[in-house]
Amino acid sequence: MAYSEKVIEHYTNPRNVGTLNKDSKSVGTGLVGAPECGDVMRLQIEVDDNNVITDAKFKTFGCGSAIASSSLATEWLKGKTIDEALTIDNMDIVEELALPPVKIHCSVLAEDAIKSAINDYRVKNGLEPFELAKSHH
Amino acid sequence: MELPIYLDNNATTPLDPRVLEAMLPYFTNKFGNAASRNHAFGWVAEEGVDYAREQVAKLIGCTEKEIIFTSGATEADNLGIKGVFEMYQEKGNHIITATTEHKAVLDTCKHLEKLGANVTYLKVKEDGLIDLQELEAAMTEKTILVTIMYGNNEIGVVQPIKEIAAIAHKFGALFMSDATQAVGKIPVNVIEDGIDLMAFSAHKMYGPKGVGVLYVRRKNPRVKVTAQMDGGGHERGMRSGTLNVPGIVGLGKACELCRLEMDEEAKRLSALRDKLENALTQLEESYVNGNTQHRLPHVANISFKYVEGEGLMMAMKDLAVSSGSACTSASLEPSYVLKSLGLSDDLAHSSIRFGLGRFTTEEEVDYAIENTKKAVNHLRDLSPLWEMFKEGVDLSKIEWAEH
Repeated sequence: MAYSEKVIEHYTNPRNVGTLNKDSKSVGTGLVGAPECGDVMRLQIEVDDNNVITDAKFKTFGCGSAIASSSLATEWLKGKTIDEALTIDNMDIVEELALPPVKIHCSVLAEDAIKSAINDYRVKNGLEPFELAKSHH
Repeated sequence: MELPIYLDNNATTPLDPRVLEAMLPYFTNKFGNAASRNHAFGWVAEEGVDYAREQVAKLIGCTEKEIIFTSGATEADNLGIKGVFEMYQEKGNHIITATTEHKAVLDTCKHLEKLGANVTYLKVKEDGLIDLQELEAAMTEKTILVTIMYGNNEIGVVQPIKEIAAIAHKFGALFMSDATQAVGKIPVNVIEDGIDLMAFSAHKMYGPKGVGVLYVRRKNPRVKVTAQMDGGGHERGMRSGTLNVPGIVGLGKACELCRLEMDEEAKRLSALRDKLENALTQLEESYVNGNTQHRLPHVANISFKYVEGEGLMMAMKDLAVSSGSACTSASLEPSYVLKSLGLSDDLAHSSIRFGLGRFTTEEEVDYAIENTKKAVNHLRDLSPLWEMFKEGVDLSKIEWAEH
């Protein structure tokens, strides 16, 4: 299967690879997927007092599309408010990276990672987690 | 050195130029139908086929009359297993095979189960070999066929063929082997090995695609299979259909070259394979899959823990290899062969198969080593699992949100 140019670009030069201090109150961490499924994404956001995401980092175990999806997600998250970040839909990622149908689950995982990171941040700061209503499977 | 480098010789091999040369006249002026008995065009084609039959027979130690040409190993597997099941149904309906067989065997057995066959799928040990005691315990008076592959296509382990044949024969069953990966790579002799039926194909040994063989023993015992393709009664009535003369001529030549060059080639390839394996297992948390004593000379299957195979292959972009990870379906099922060895799913997802071949050079292997090391390190820098492992987190204790 041939990968799109954008997937290859993100895969070759992944943005925002790294680790934020998961114990910091201003950091939210989302760890989704499972090793047995062949994909694990860890996405982290750092949020300031105005609910703006000032930094985002990821590490991903998975195929090229999974790595590209999470790299793109971190790029999109930076500078967004939490509310804006919640509007990122997996289909936006599919479109941007031109993912084929068999790789759509990679984008779903990225969306799950974003929401999971946001909820981790909210819970740490005494807020109710958002309901992760959308079930993709 | 040209890029990309082909290291997937268990999937298929390039055609040897000497094979192509032998085939070419049979596409043009020697185009006759080998079954045309009444003119020179037919005779010339038939001569080509007869000669090829001798070349094939010589490689595996049988007689020419025991060679049935097919379209490939998949057809040969189908013909052998289905043909025996139909021919010997009065004797019994029990077939024994193993979980690590090729799909051409497994799916044929599944098909026969719907038609009343009782199939035992033997598990393999951690090293990929079957347990002979388990085989013996599975044998019954209804067992008509034991079919176990010679060398495995994913991990290269070579089964104890002689011992398996002896057990099958002790209980009056026939022994068949899918020897697609072994013939032409290591010495295979159907008499010494006690094989009654054997499937293999040309394109795994530097011959053309679209041609294969089912060996069917004619003496001690005389084995018969029911034809699965009806028509003009070619191949002693066991496989009708106009013979693929250029393909068969190419297969013959490929067999001859393997017979003459196999010993040296195997030595050269196992040295290169060892070099590759030794270099890559110097990487932390990398493991060779399958038995390292009883195996084919040209294949190495290595798991690089904490990186995913498909993502890794993308970083090894100048290397044509294959992965045990199949991140292409909703089920994300990794290799069933690796899972049969008891590998956990994550380790199976992390595996790469390197298949060396006749045209692989040492320079290419050196390049492959460097390229793979770089790719593994790059992917580990990106891997949250690697980071957690390095921090001493026990990954098996984490409750993963399965998706």
